[in-house]
Amino acid sequence: MLAYYLPLIVLVPILSFITLVIFGKRWGGKSAYVSIAAVLISLGLSIKALIDVLGGLSTKVLFTWASIGSFHITFGFLLDPLSAMMLVVVTLVSALVQIFSMGYMHGDKRYGWFYACLSMFTASMLLLVFAPNYVQMYMAWEGVGVFSYLLIGFWFEKRSASQAAKKAFMVTRVGDLGFAIALILLYVHAGTLDMGKLFAMHFAPALAATISILMFFGAVGKSAQFPLHVWLPDAMEGPTPVSALIHAATMVAAGVYLVARSYPLFEKGPASLEFVAVIGTITAFMAATIALTATDIKKVLAYSTISQLGYMMMGLGVGAFAAGAFHLFTHAFFKALLFLGAGSVIHAVHSQEIFEMGGLWKKMKITSITFIIGGLALAGVPPFAGFWSKDEILLGAYTSGHTVIFWIGILTALLTAFYTFRLIFVVFFGQPRADHHGHAHESPAVMSIPLLILGFFALTAGLLGSPFMHNAFQGFIAPGHEAEAINPLVMGLSVAVALIGITAAWLKYGTQLLPENIIGKNNPVYKLVANKYYMDELYQYVLITPTHVLARFVLKFDQIVVDGIVNGVAKATAAFGSGMKRLQTGYVQNYALFMLVGLIILIIWSFRFLGIH
Amino acid sequence: MSYPIITIIIFLPVLGALLLQFVPRSRANLIRTFALLVTLIDLGLGIVVLTGYKLGQAGMQFVEKASWIPKAGISYHVGLDGISLPLFELTLLLTVVAVLASWSIKDRVREHYSLMLLLAVGMLGTFVALDFVLFYIFWELVLIPMYFIIGIWGGENRNYAAVKFFLYTLAGSVLMLVGIITLYFTSGLGTFDMVKLMQAGYHSQYGLFIFITFFLGFAVKVPMWPFHTWLPDAHVQAPAAGSVLLAGILLKMGTYAFIRIVVQILPAEFVKFAPFIAVLAVISIVYGAYTALAQQDLKKMVAYSSVSHMGYVMLGIAALTPVALNGAVLQMVAHGLITGMLFLMVGYIYERTHTRDIKKLGGLSIKIPILGGMFVFAALASLGLPGLSGFVGELLILLGSYSVFKIFTIFAVLTLALTSFYLIRANQNAIFGMPQSWMGDFKDASGRELISALPLIILIVAIGVYPQPILHYINPAVNTVLQIVRGS
Repeated sequence: MLAYYLPLIVLVPILSFITLVIFGKRWGGKSAYVSIAAVLISLGLSIKALIDVLGGLSTKVLFTWASIGSFHITFGFLLDPLSAMMLVVVTLVSALVQIFSMGYMHGDKRYGWFYACLSMFTASMLLLVFAPNYVQMYMAWEGVGVFSYLLIGFWFEKRSASQAAKKAFMVTRVGDLGFAIALILLYVHAGTLDMGKLFAMHFAPALAATISILMFFGAVGKSAQFPLHVWLPDAMEGPTPVSALIHAATMVAAGVYLVARSYPLFEKGPASLEFVAVIGTITAFMAATIALTATDIKKVLAYSTISQLGYMMMGLGVGAFAAGAFHLFTHAFFKALLFLGAGSVIHAVHSQEIFEMGGLWKKMKITSITFIIGGLALAGVPPFAGFWSKDEILLGAYTSGHTVIFWIGILTALLTAFYTFRLIFVVFFGQPRADHHGHAHESPAVMSIPLLILGFFALTAGLLGSPFMHNAFQGFIAPGHEAEAINPLVMGLSVAVALIGITAAWLKYGTQLLPENIIGKNNPVYKLVANKYYMDELYQYVLITPTHVLARFVLKFDQIVVDGIVNGVAKATAAFGSGMKRLQTGYVQNYALFMLVGLIILIIWSFRFLGIH
Repeated sequence: MSYPIITIIIFLPVLGALLLQFVPRSRANLIRTFALLVTLIDLGLGIVVLTGYKLGQAGMQFVEKASWIPKAGISYHVGLDGISLPLFELTLLLTVVAVLASWSIKDRVREHYSLMLLLAVGMLGTFVALDFVLFYIFWELVLIPMYFIIGIWGGENRNYAAVKFFLYTLAGSVLMLVGIITLYFTSGLGTFDMVKLMQAGYHSQYGLFIFITFFLGFAVKVPMWPFHTWLPDAHVQAPAAGSVLLAGILLKMGTYAFIRIVVQILPAEFVKFAPFIAVLAVISIVYGAYTALAQQDLKKMVAYSSVSHMGYVMLGIAALTPVALNGAVLQMVAHGLITGMLFLMVGYIYERTHTRDIKKLGGLSIKIPILGGMFVFAALASLGLPGLSGFVGELLILLGSYSVFKIFTIFAVLTLALTSFYLIRANQNAIFGMPQSWMGDFKDASGRELISALPLIILIVAIGVYPQPILHYINPAVNTVLQIVRGS
């Protein structure tokens, strides 16, 4: 059966983009309806696709994009459980974020452009999800990157915003170089970039591992993994709904999706999966520690996103494929919820600094309740969504014998619970810390309803993959998946650290029981973490400054040496010419003599050299 | 086709230039409109050729041949294949764009448009000429109008730039002439006919000598490192329309000549020196990107980016694989559209701000959102954003070159990061941010300016989204070229 409607899922948001680029300025506030209508159509069709997949449909719709001799690059729409799940997540979160933005972005002077970008971002993301080959994947991959760039820099008047946009583009581009080289290697060794054909081929393990690791570099950039995570916190300069959609739920998960999609390739070179697991673990832990010290509500959530993406990579790396995909699924809901909740808070108090907030529980009930639901899901408290998926990842690490990774994962879970509830206690409880927040009030319905819907998913989405439903989610994504037996040790530890973390946060920030500064601001470890391990400084001094210096050197070389030689030759010719001027005596017989000599030389030369007889 | 449509297209601008002389100087708008009309008719005829071209056929089409100086084996011989056709059409389009772009020129309007029409003759002729004498005449014909366009309507330092452009490229073409004459005397065929020479193959000890003269002649035009230093000067001083044609078309004459002449007539020598050409290509790629990064002048940045981008084309040509060569031809077209658009935007911005200094600009997307947005679009296209035409060419070149030049290709891939760096930096400093305090109010893009950019935008997107149609034109011709190489 040909799923004729699949291209529409992408085309409708593209049409919305084109319409809004042309009419967005004129239509102003009405632009939102076009974009939202488009994404709702895509959502409806995505749900139909999911139902079709549940009914056993698995299909591809293909078009030839470029063909040269026997080399064909096809474009198409691959529908299978993994893509169907992602389609629904992307369109659902996109729809809710776009509805939320009607309130959040109300009155912005580039409102039409905002929705145009959201539409095209969504289309690119859907094209990425659908990709049956690596060229389409790469193209959509860059496409989401550029709309992320434009949306981070949406308020480009602010220098910090345009700086952040540039940084995001550049850092992810560096990762993409690996992806590009992986593509070239695949083409040279296999003659195709079609995933289906590639996965069915035989690769030497070393080659498969090399290609997979290079491809993973792209994922490291996009999914903000160590050491290319540095762009994501800065990307918080973008409007908060953008952070929710792009930098929490969808685009940053694209790297995880790429690894999940390419899993058969990674499995051919098992070393690559170990590499993924190690990078994921480092990322999860490192980002969680930085989240402990961040005081900007969005930055805390950004580091938390990096950390959770690390968990997903950890899951994929230790072989818990379904668990990694499951965490991607649950995280999309609860992290989008937390970001939109943060947006609701920022909308109310006009600040992002958590120590300027406080006591919002009394003023913003819906925001508070849904935020706490999201926090519980992030902290990994049962039965909230994040608990089930994170537990599955830890279980995977444990059963596959990755003991060190497992314990770091547990420790990170403790830190996660702590920083999440530090945020909640500081922002929503206690007394307001700044006077001008007195007028804070609950956000309008267009903002609170998406929060409630996401809150519902943050509460329930995890159950799909829980033992109560016989790991239905995992069975769907990875057919043949055996439901893991509940491991009391893993699950017990996981619950325990979550509760310990929350209690510690309560003691520190919810009560006055603990002293103000347990760890001094001058403690070297604190300074290291608070300065984000000096990664930005490292890049500045090791990479960026030397590049500029080298560029200036090459330019000087060009002007002085290369062009200098050219001008030197020209000057020498001119000098030679003025010397020759003396030969211009004006006597015709002299000229005739020169001509004769010249002619003789020419004739001899042509005989000798050209062999003319 | 019963009438010589190619000849009509080539020489229609001459007729236009002649008729222009009867329009009074004072009627500037009439002169402009007339020039526009001529180039539009030419473009229309070009579209007739495009639709009449038979896809999937190897060999030359629309061939027109007449003996000229039979004793010397010189003939009037023109025709198109899948390599020259896209460039021919690109020339017709960019000439219209250039006419629109130079609307704002107030000084000596009639001379300006006359020269521009003559320039079109040279450019069009170069891409269709199939006889060496004809080719050489058209090739040199390009030089003279461009020299005057830079020298008369250029910036402060126009004389230096115009003379440098003229002498440098003239030196290149004189070498090429020496090569052509040597080829004529030593091929044993007694003909200047390129097609005959390709088919017969050239076997003589002078192959190396001819190769060197051709190489130098064409490498200056491309330009390849280290023969590129005329380019930034010429670009910075040239008026906007001159820059559009210089980057859009003139540089392609060099790469086109490599494929049409060097590869097909001296395949053995070309294959022997391909690694050497690839080295220079990669140096051009990396070097051009670094020098572009260090620029404070927007126009110079785009000029150096051309050195880098043309390096990719040369890498693809040197690799001589089907995929890489298709990519190289496609990249020529893509670069013509994209860099043409970048120069167009820089020109329009300069008309308003009277500066190209990146440090003095900023906030243009607030002051002139449409022009600023179009600059960002062109910059993204130039850095190879997928979905836009630049990506397709680069992708095919890189995929096709790796099997031949592994390390060079990796260098070319890594340079993509630098390419992003200088273009994104230009976006950030010139377009985004707050407007500077010295800036007054600028008028955003006029209808004429929008119309001049629109076809470029549409084609950049169309080729990027769906390259298969243009590959249908290119691929059979590329196969013919590669058959000749394999046959040698």
